[in-house]
Amino acid sequence: MGKKLAVTGNQAVATAMKQINPDVCAAYPITPQTEIMQRFASFVSDGEVDTELITVESEHSAMSACIGAAAAGGRVMTATSSQGLALMWEMLYIASGMRLPIVMPVVNRALSAPINIHGDHSDSMGARDSGWIQLYSENAQEAYDNVIQAVRIGEHENVRLPVMVCMDGFIISHSIESMEFLPDEVVKEFVGEYKPLYSLLDVDNPVTYGPLVLPDYYMEFKRQQHEAMGNVKEVVLEVAKEFEKVSGRSYGLFEEYRLDDAEVIIVILNSAAGTAKDVVDQYRDKGVKVGLLKPRLFRPFPYKEVAEALSGAKVVAVLDRADSFGGFGPVYMEVASALTTNGARPLMLNRIYGLGGRDFMPEHAETVIEELKRVLDSGKIEKQKDYLGVRE
Amino acid sequence: MKGWRELTIGAIIPEAGNAASYNTGSWRAFRPQWIEENCIQCLFCWIYCPDSAVNVKDGKRGEFDYDHCKGCGICAMECPGKKGKKAIVMVEEGT
Repeated sequence: MGKKLAVTGNQAVATAMKQINPDVCAAYPITPQTEIMQRFASFVSDGEVDTELITVESEHSAMSACIGAAAAGGRVMTATSSQGLALMWEMLYIASGMRLPIVMPVVNRALSAPINIHGDHSDSMGARDSGWIQLYSENAQEAYDNVIQAVRIGEHENVRLPVMVCMDGFIISHSIESMEFLPDEVVKEFVGEYKPLYSLLDVDNPVTYGPLVLPDYYMEFKRQQHEAMGNVKEVVLEVAKEFEKVSGRSYGLFEEYRLDDAEVIIVILNSAAGTAKDVVDQYRDKGVKVGLLKPRLFRPFPYKEVAEALSGAKVVAVLDRADSFGGFGPVYMEVASALTTNGARPLMLNRIYGLGGRDFMPEHAETVIEELKRVLDSGKIEKQKDYLGVRE
Repeated sequence: MKGWRELTIGAIIPEAGNAASYNTGSWRAFRPQWIEENCIQCLFCWIYCPDSAVNVKDGKRGEFDYDHCKGCGICAMECPGKKGKKAIVMVEEGT
């Protein structure tokens, strides 16, 4: 078995990258991601990896460099946060549109303005339609495990899509917790050798990347991307099964926590799910039938499976650490779609929490469960969308 | 027209030199005209042509390939001609 060590989330991810040993990494610093590429740069200078590290002048250039290197046939990674991800915007769509399996840890951080460096999901949730696969991680262990699995998921022949692995800025990226690393050779064998489908450096088989495609063919390529996304769920489960064999840790499309017989359910992802699970336990001890569902794979969203997992619920509260001003939070919108398109119609409420890194405390989870109980008794929802822990 | 299942993923073009099979001549508003008597066979037109619209055989140019000439006029601009007379001139299409 691997070593158990106390590390920061960033250290965990940087170590995963070291063990994956990608061909090319582009690096541009942004809080709270900086530590990942800083540590990785040390691995490069110390000769612990064979990676070509490209230090670039912006995140737009970082993603551009990744796209070029991936088109050239390399296994490629970078990492970013917040404004950095926002600056990559147009290149994100090019990476997915060209079907390049780049892996990118995203350390979730709020978007300006007002400027803020702390953790919320506005950055990656805004990129949910960019054609990237998105995996969310509750803690350092999950972030480490997801990064390793992301390589296999994105590179799978039925997928060939880039992958974001998200974890909460500071709350996970900078706090130290104990986790288990896999031995280097286990990761090396698990990710295997990358075999690019079309490589610009393969001069015997020249190809063109990025041609102009007009209305006569554009939609066909977008339809292909939808198809590839449709294959992701199966690949995620297949890779998770293999990962369990080498790590002993099991992963699914989402985590079901005390969902059996649950009448009221909280849906929440990333680090705050850990806090909420503790509170769920306390209420279970008091006999309240409450459960929790923590999405892991957010893109593609497993609509059918989520609907099945929530089918017994009478009231569902979806908690979002990102807002859609004038709309519901992004996780709520997906859960609502999942339930309505699959015929289940529990009462639903949406609570926005933790924006700009505001702590999600146990009392916030208590507030939600108390409200769920009230709605269960009365059958009435006072406010469909509201905010947790905001001063009036 | 191919369906999405038949196309290479990511709009990647897996064969080289396929511009030859894409006829772009209909884009042209001006047509280059080759005046053979003023041509010194320097092949500047062939070098400068951004497409493949100058046919060359045995080291000598012949007639334009109008299926691929978009009428950009670069060849006419670069043509040194002979004794001050151009070997390529642009004439408006339809005249």
